Amino acid sequence: MRPIVLLLLFTLLALAACQREERDTRPQSALGSGEQPTPVTTLEPGGQRPSPTDNKAASFEANAFHLSEGKRLFGWFNCSGCHANGGGGMGPALMDQKWIYGSSMESIHATIRDGRPNGMPSFRDKIPDDQIWELAAFVRSLSGNAPSSAAPSRNDDMMAHPSENRMPDAATLGKSP
Amino acid sequence: MPAKNYASTRFSELAEINEGNVKNLQVAFTFSTGVNKGQEAAPLVVGNTMYIVTPFPNIVYALDLSKPGAPIKWKYEPNPEPAAQGVACCDVVNRGAAFADGRVFFNTLDGHTIALDANSGQPIWNAHIGNINIGETITMAPLVVKGKVLVGNSGGEMGVRGWVKALDAGDGHVVWTAYNTGPDKDVLIGPDFKPHYDMDKGKDLGVTTWPPEAWKIGGGNMWGWISYDPDLNLIFHGTGNPGPWNPDLRPGDNKWTSGIFARDPDTGAAKWFYQWTPHDLHDYDGINEQVLLDMNWQGKPRKVLVRPERNGYLYVLDRTTGEVLSAKTYGPVNSSKGVDLKTGRLVENPDKLTGTGKVVRDICPTASGLKDWQPSAFSPRTGLLYIPHNNLCMDEEGVEVNYIAGTPYVGMNVRMIPGPGGNRGAFTAWDIAAEKPAWSLKENFPVWSGAVVTAGDVVFYGTMEGWFKAVSAKTGELLWQFKTSSGIIGQPITYRGPDGHQYVAILSGVGGWAGAIVSGDLDPRDATAALGFVNAMKDLKNATTAGGTLYVFRLP
Repeated sequence: MRPIVLLLLFTLLALAACQREERDTRPQSALGSGEQPTPVTTLEPGGQRPSPTDNKAASFEANAFHLSEGKRLFGWFNCSGCHANGGGGMGPALMDQKWIYGSSMESIHATIRDGRPNGMPSFRDKIPDDQIWELAAFVRSLSGNAPSSAAPSRNDDMMAHPSENRMPDAATLGKSP
Repeated sequence: MPAKNYASTRFSELAEINEGNVKNLQVAFTFSTGVNKGQEAAPLVVGNTMYIVTPFPNIVYALDLSKPGAPIKWKYEPNPEPAAQGVACCDVVNRGAAFADGRVFFNTLDGHTIALDANSGQPIWNAHIGNINIGETITMAPLVVKGKVLVGNSGGEMGVRGWVKALDAGDGHVVWTAYNTGPDKDVLIGPDFKPHYDMDKGKDLGVTTWPPEAWKIGGGNMWGWISYDPDLNLIFHGTGNPGPWNPDLRPGDNKWTSGIFARDPDTGAAKWFYQWTPHDLHDYDGINEQVLLDMNWQGKPRKVLVRPERNGYLYVLDRTTGEVLSAKTYGPVNSSKGVDLKTGRLVENPDKLTGTGKVVRDICPTASGLKDWQPSAFSPRTGLLYIPHNNLCMDEEGVEVNYIAGTPYVGMNVRMIPGPGGNRGAFTAWDIAAEKPAWSLKENFPVWSGAVVTAGDVVFYGTMEGWFKAVSAKTGELLWQFKTSSGIIGQPITYRGPDGHQYVAILSGVGGWAGAIVSGDLDPRDATAALGFVNAMKDLKNATTAGGTLYVFRLP
């Protein structure tokens, strides 16, 4: 009896630990919606105001499904053509700690959706809004800004750099915390 | 013109600076261009004025050489669209201006050709011929032939269909446009077209050697050099790589990419064509310089065209027919096994065929070629061609790619590595008649600068560390060197100043594809950054920083 009860208890415990990550496998197909102010600077006359956040930012940011989808789309929409696999080329590097137009999910989302004047094209009306959020989440993972438990791991393709779940946080790279 | 003459020899008759006294060279004056991007342009000296075109934003400066310190005479800012920077494949370079009939002609990154009054700097006309929204840019130096300004587009990495246009030097209207892919009428192939080899004969090969419609986004851009033979009344220009790089998406020979055209400058009509690299697998653009020489070839006087090509072969062509007389490698090549002189066809190495989902390792030369755009120089005194070039190999993996107008269309993961010997660059003097090198100098980084050779038997070139070097044209012995403020990827020139003395000038400022890691601040942890070039240049940031300075030297 006793071993069976133990086994039962253990199984229950194990099952309880198996909380499946929520994945929204049917993202909204709407194009380029979700407009909200997206400051790219921390300098605010008159003192800091609470920064506007988007609900989607939080739900996409640390989600393994969205991160891996973002990685796939990064190739499909030719992001990799300019930014390579994060090291840059025609466009700036995305795996370092330098952010020209802000590092927040909202800023990156706005950069992809609306473009930026020095060469970043606008993908509004090309990429559905939810997929832009997936791309933004993946872009952050390139500089170590995604939980290692959620970020993509090894490629099946040529490894251009250590996998995203092993990327160090670029902001603290080489510095002790 | 940047290439000195229509034959593109980059040979100067000036001999005041020679092998004996070149060690005494000292700085005459310097000038900051104010743009810290890759300086690939040749300064242009006409009369008492020097003209300089900067990388984006393509400012033109005229410097008055008759006054001490060469002050600015005028400056012209075309204000190109900043968005053009996002569709320039390999840094936002410009390769220089051309001068004719009191006018300075130059191109802007956002697709304009502009004519300026050389005295006042006032614009005379401005022709908008490239569309950045489909990825078109212009980086080449124009060439003026018989009252026409010849210009081609860049964008081989963006699925842009290549063309060459002739603009009227008087008012800038387009006289003719020759596409490098598509039906014969677009390519200006008519009854006069007589290619030497069977592989280039047939109707509408620019359509039939592609999958349906693929030629419309198939590259074949013309962003390099044009030469002109007034006796034959022919211009010669290469064509760039087919797009995308991933060859699985474009089975066929992909005419008329990675080849060379001879055209009538009056009408653009094609006379002959030869394809260096049919169905290119490795981004071997065919746009390098063509040096036109009249020489004895194996006992017979021939009109030849000499071309150190990106695929690693030094071609000698009969420029009246397009027949290949010689094709010998001038560095390590394993992507092909030679050129069949009967059929004219490059013999591919089956071990180095690229494709989707396949990683092919150790392909030499790289996508940037054994030699890229950096122009060589020829001295009739030595019979040698002085070739600045690379020594790199690469791994390639084809990946899926979608065409979205105005974004890259490449489909290849690339990472480059140093070639055999570890030196990433070389400066080779090639004996054209003997079909072998006379001497070769090793350089740590790719030699991405052009060369100039003088009647004083001195050759000048620069390195990406920033050394500006003078070597003996006969032996390659280093005679003098000067460390400039940034890596050199420009084109050296020499000229006679208003005081009657000989000067040597070079723009220093690292960048271009090879130097993008510095000028674009790329991250070397990504082996595929800058289409794989960064992997071979990881230490460049420790060797130099971005800059943009003109240096002019003279004897004391």
